[in-house]
Amino acid sequence: MNRKVLRIIALVICAMMVLVAFSGCNKSEENKQADSSETTQSDSNTSGSEDKAETKSEAYDETVTLTFLIDNQAQLDGINAVADVIKEKYNIATEIELRPSGSEGDNLVKTRLATGDMSDLCFYNSGSLFQALNPEQNFVDLTNEPFMDNVIDSFKTCVSVNGKVYGIPGEATMSGAWLYNKKVYEELGLSVPKTWQELLDNCEKIKAAGKTAVIGSYKDDWTSQLILLADYYNVQAEVPTFADDYTANKAKFADTPAALRGFEKLQEIYKKGYMNEDFLATTYDIALKMLAEGTGVHYPMLTFAFPVLQANYPDKASDIGLFAQPGDSADKNGLTVWMPAGIYLNKNGSNVEAALKWASVFASVEGTNAYAAKQKPNGPFAIKGATLPDDVLPAVKDMLPYFENGNNSPALEFLSPVKGPNLPQICVMAGSGAKTPLECAQEYDKDVEKQAKQLGLAGW
Amino acid sequence: MMQLTKKIYSYKFLLPAGIIYFTFFLLPTVISLFFSLTRWTLTDWEFIGLENYEMFFTESSLNIGFRNTLIYAVVTSGLKVIFGLLLGVFLCTEIKTKGFLRSMVFFPNLLSTIAVGVVFSSMMHPSRGIINMGLKLLGVKGPDWLGNTNIALFSVALTDVWKGVGVATVIYIAGIMSIPRQYYEALSIDGGDSWDRFWNVTLPLCRPAMNSVIILSFIGGLRTFDLVWAMTKGGPGFATDLIASIIYKQYQAGFYGLSTAGNVILFLGVSILAFPLYKYLSRSEVDL
Repeated sequence: MNRKVLRIIALVICAMMVLVAFSGCNKSEENKQADSSETTQSDSNTSGSEDKAETKSEAYDETVTLTFLIDNQAQLDGINAVADVIKEKYNIATEIELRPSGSEGDNLVKTRLATGDMSDLCFYNSGSLFQALNPEQNFVDLTNEPFMDNVIDSFKTCVSVNGKVYGIPGEATMSGAWLYNKKVYEELGLSVPKTWQELLDNCEKIKAAGKTAVIGSYKDDWTSQLILLADYYNVQAEVPTFADDYTANKAKFADTPAALRGFEKLQEIYKKGYMNEDFLATTYDIALKMLAEGTGVHYPMLTFAFPVLQANYPDKASDIGLFAQPGDSADKNGLTVWMPAGIYLNKNGSNVEAALKWASVFASVEGTNAYAAKQKPNGPFAIKGATLPDDVLPAVKDMLPYFENGNNSPALEFLSPVKGPNLPQICVMAGSGAKTPLECAQEYDKDVEKQAKQLGLAGW
Repeated sequence: MMQLTKKIYSYKFLLPAGIIYFTFFLLPTVISLFFSLTRWTLTDWEFIGLENYEMFFTESSLNIGFRNTLIYAVVTSGLKVIFGLLLGVFLCTEIKTKGFLRSMVFFPNLLSTIAVGVVFSSMMHPSRGIINMGLKLLGVKGPDWLGNTNIALFSVALTDVWKGVGVATVIYIAGIMSIPRQYYEALSIDGGDSWDRFWNVTLPLCRPAMNSVIILSFIGGLRTFDLVWAMTKGGPGFATDLIASIIYKQYQAGFYGLSTAGNVILFLGVSILAFPLYKYLSRSEVDL
């Protein structure tokens, strides 16, 4: 090969390297612009809604496909059923992308938003976690969409930032409560406890009968938070202003006895030896198995466990009942409710118009009926006028009295954007006796400070 | 003079590599120094001085990582140095299945760390794990390897040693094989036994190999993340959190400024510990 050819090859390779380096820079700049320029975004939105006005209530001629990022723990049957209705009505197909749940999933969602790689529809928690996603920059403002009239107001507050609403309910409401095995309760002649002391007495009898009174599954450390979080009804019954004071940095877990009580309850269960011996190595799945088979009798959990119970133990799911975590007095007994995860529309996606149509069906009674036909809800829907089918699990029916009496409160994470990321680990320490409840509360108060400062809340 | 320094190639040829090095290595380093001083949401930042660093050093859920990382690095590199040396000496003797045994020792290193972590964490299950079931047969009640906060870190460290000792052994074997035979011959003429062979010839003359093992495994220990994440996720509580896993969790929580500060601390920590260690070790090497 002569020199000239070599020279040309060298030049081409150099040019390619430089190009690669620069194209990398360019891309990130584009994303930055897309993220920061509010005005251009809102312009394109208004033009999008004009298009919508023209083609409203008409199906697309060619199938439009929306991508939908959803976490892999969610049950898809109900969502798929609604997606089929939408396909028929508007010719919009839904392509589901699965992502991990828990903090790995948070990471992925945040990364995809930051890199401008979000799907058209995004399924994600409402409340404090949602606040951390920079909704104003990332999601379509749904405040004035007509279909938002269907959504109950308490849900809207959980997906709002600065008075603008960004999400529709992605599923039915849930509760954080104590699931229990009714068969064992019958065998041992126990009755549903109304106070914390009655609960402990029941546990004592179950322990004496040689069964695990309270199932601990701390290998999946998020499950350790339930006793603390499900205690919030009792906290707000004692201190009605706690959520606001807490957000404004005026109240702390460590110096509010009613709030500290949650950490104390967590440790009390451990200290009295009510948990399974290998609670630090037990996973969520095994815990559900223990509950269904009756080797474990109580499991403080979110009601999103019901579909899993029903799928894995179809003949035993109806043995499971539910009661709210009791407080210290029987007159103040109520349920802590989890608002459903939301579905958010990617503002920077290419199919905002189709996504709005999609949402208008999903957030309607038509949508919830299709949903409930394929998947039994874990609690009442957050859509006005939606009804529960008759064949829901007995445990879901156990929730209804709390809704009918109004003895329920949203969990703290829906009332305050302040939630520390280390709560699972801190609850594991409280629930395994590694530190005292007060130390854990103090540690959590510090953990929360980082989140509050990151969100730029007033008073921190 | 002009003749000597005359350039054959233009400096322009350095440009492509220079640009890449600048964009992907120098620039991010400088930027990360800056962002470690801010509260950063990826799109927006606020300058807060040294608050992130202060938080890292004062908060117990963060600074437990320094203690754990140091324990982890010292335990794993210490055990790898000892076991690697013993295995290396053993595998350099005249045994028949030498080749097979050497590959056996190296084999764990070929496995994915995550797979090793998952397998070991199920083997270390307190009641259904194979380790405690074996101990039960012997009439011993095994501890909760990963659930007991006092021993969980050591359980993970031992798994790391099992996986990483193969590399140490290979380095030792290379070091031992390069020792000239004459030293051993001279020693046997002087009437030395096999202990003398090891203590007076093998050990001092494989110092360069030992130094490589110490440095590599120590730095490896300081920045371990994957094994801890696969086995315990830093739990129970914060008992097995290392600096790297803490940084990861802060990033997950969206505290980008704080996690960047953690990375800067890790970078400085590794430099401060590793460079003097390397200097000290290379001074005590013996020339062949």
